[in-house]
Amino acid sequence: MTAVQPFTLTDLGGTDHSVPTGSKTLLCFVKEDCPTCNLVAPLLEAAHQQGDADVLLVGQTSDGNELLAKNHDLTAPVLDDSTLIVSFAYDLETVPHAMLLDDSGEPVKEVIGFEKSEWQDLYSEHVGTVDINWDELPDWRPGCGSLTQDPIIAERLRAEAENSPLRARRIEIASHDDVHEFLFDQGFTDGLPVVPPTPERVIRMLSAITREPQDVVATIPPNLAPATVEKIAINALMAGCKPEYLPVVIASIEAMCTDEFNCHGVFATTMGATPIMILNGPVRHALDMNMRLSALGQGTRANAAIGRAVRLAVRNIGGAKPGGTERSTLGNPMKFTMCFPEWEERSPWEPLHVERGFEAEDSVVSIFAMSSGPAQVIDQTSRSAEALVGSFALSMRASQHVKAHRAGDTILVISPEHVDTIQRDGWSKADIRARIQEVSSVPMRELIADATSGVGFPPEAVKNMTEAELSRPIPKFASEDRIHIVVAGSEAGKFSAVFHGWASGSMGSIPVSRKIGM
Amino acid sequence: MNTILDPTDERKPVVRSITTRPERLEGRLALLDIRKPRGNILLDRLEELLAERYPKLEVKRFEKPTFTKPAPTDVRQNIKANADLVVEGLAD
Repeated sequence: MTAVQPFTLTDLGGTDHSVPTGSKTLLCFVKEDCPTCNLVAPLLEAAHQQGDADVLLVGQTSDGNELLAKNHDLTAPVLDDSTLIVSFAYDLETVPHAMLLDDSGEPVKEVIGFEKSEWQDLYSEHVGTVDINWDELPDWRPGCGSLTQDPIIAERLRAEAENSPLRARRIEIASHDDVHEFLFDQGFTDGLPVVPPTPERVIRMLSAITREPQDVVATIPPNLAPATVEKIAINALMAGCKPEYLPVVIASIEAMCTDEFNCHGVFATTMGATPIMILNGPVRHALDMNMRLSALGQGTRANAAIGRAVRLAVRNIGGAKPGGTERSTLGNPMKFTMCFPEWEERSPWEPLHVERGFEAEDSVVSIFAMSSGPAQVIDQTSRSAEALVGSFALSMRASQHVKAHRAGDTILVISPEHVDTIQRDGWSKADIRARIQEVSSVPMRELIADATSGVGFPPEAVKNMTEAELSRPIPKFASEDRIHIVVAGSEAGKFSAVFHGWASGSMGSIPVSRKIGM
Repeated sequence: MNTILDPTDERKPVVRSITTRPERLEGRLALLDIRKPRGNILLDRLEELLAERYPKLEVKRFEKPTFTKPAPTDVRQNIKANADLVVEGLAD
């Protein structure tokens, strides 16, 4: 039995009616465009005129209430619930929804839709002698959906209800003000338009996950502000995310806000580093992510919006803005968004997340701090793994600077045609990494600052080195595990790509992976 | 009225703010005639008074093509490039 919530509503003549009424009451929720409600309207009018219960109709639209009263010559009060606040409080699914309340306002009987025998019982047991020709009425008619169940209306009502899960400050934008211009003027965007975060849209976004909206996912520097699920949902929505993307955005922010990743340093550096997200596991397919043609580029909503959502959260919740704590000298287009999935099915090797300790069936986001990329490696002529990976290595020597050594982490994205060339020789990822370190190594003497380039070891620091020491090969990367390899891209084209890292290890940023939950 | 939810950490009030007003009248001042009838007469008189009282002030005159539409981009850019302050004859 539906619980009775006290309310006061106004009838068409402007008179207020309160429930409970203090006497026996037949209360019925109706909407005018429902044929079954029109079927029961004359029954309710008959009960009003002849029965011994107070009769109150509660109608869900203002215009509909007028029509209903006119079409059925109703003298029974038709109460205006066009705000749907009472209907929502009664959690209606179907109209007509009739309730018989006793003198004390307790519900005694409830009838939903139209089953003739139920209405007959209701009338004979509770309404008294009423002249109704029941034989003329059909045995059964289904009710209609309550207007409160209309998806857009339901989201608005949930957003506005007293127990709304939303806690974010509500900002009223005057009706003559342009919403998009307002969002730009407040600095809420990255320079491109955002989806206005209306309460009903945020409710829809939050419906995709089971986590409580006020759960704190992380604290985002520099403000060290608590990033609640709700605040992340607002920014994800603004970035263009669908609700089902939200768990990925949340996992990405969790990963980003770890000590290992050191996002404060990543945002603040003048070097232009930015978080890059790589996705693995079933989530790639569930969200229709693009791992093939243009995987690293524009044109796919999930790739674009997830990366952008993380950046907008950094900006709006964390407060990191260019000129504030974002101090990149040149900026970086990847600071708008950079997120892509690995094409695991096209790879002969273990996918990134499995290498990083997860199960193949886990959905995982891995986040890296990269300062440049994707820098294309163009090699259309190598026909062996040795030569092709040698090409990769020579190109990777440019990471940060040709004379930089121990140059951070790096991501190598190998395209399918290049995968095939390497696979023909049966190389593993370990073989690739070893080859990259071998070919990218240069003798110590080539890494000394000189007249050609002031970058490198200061000459005075190496002046006492022996010839053997100066001939010692120095690898480009601190260790092989700093070279992260994934597969993506279209079937056509002998082009792979490299992302250049930022400061790595405990003095910089360590890549972090997180399993994506709900 | 449109309602949105605040995407920030809510440390700052959300308001439409106007540009900070200068403490002194100096530098380059734009007098903008939006082409309302007799606006030019008002601004001519204002220019005379400014010249008397603020002889160092550099007063420049600008016009919108019509008061019925927002200032075109070239007018706005021209004012921005050539003036530090604007006095606009806004309405009659």
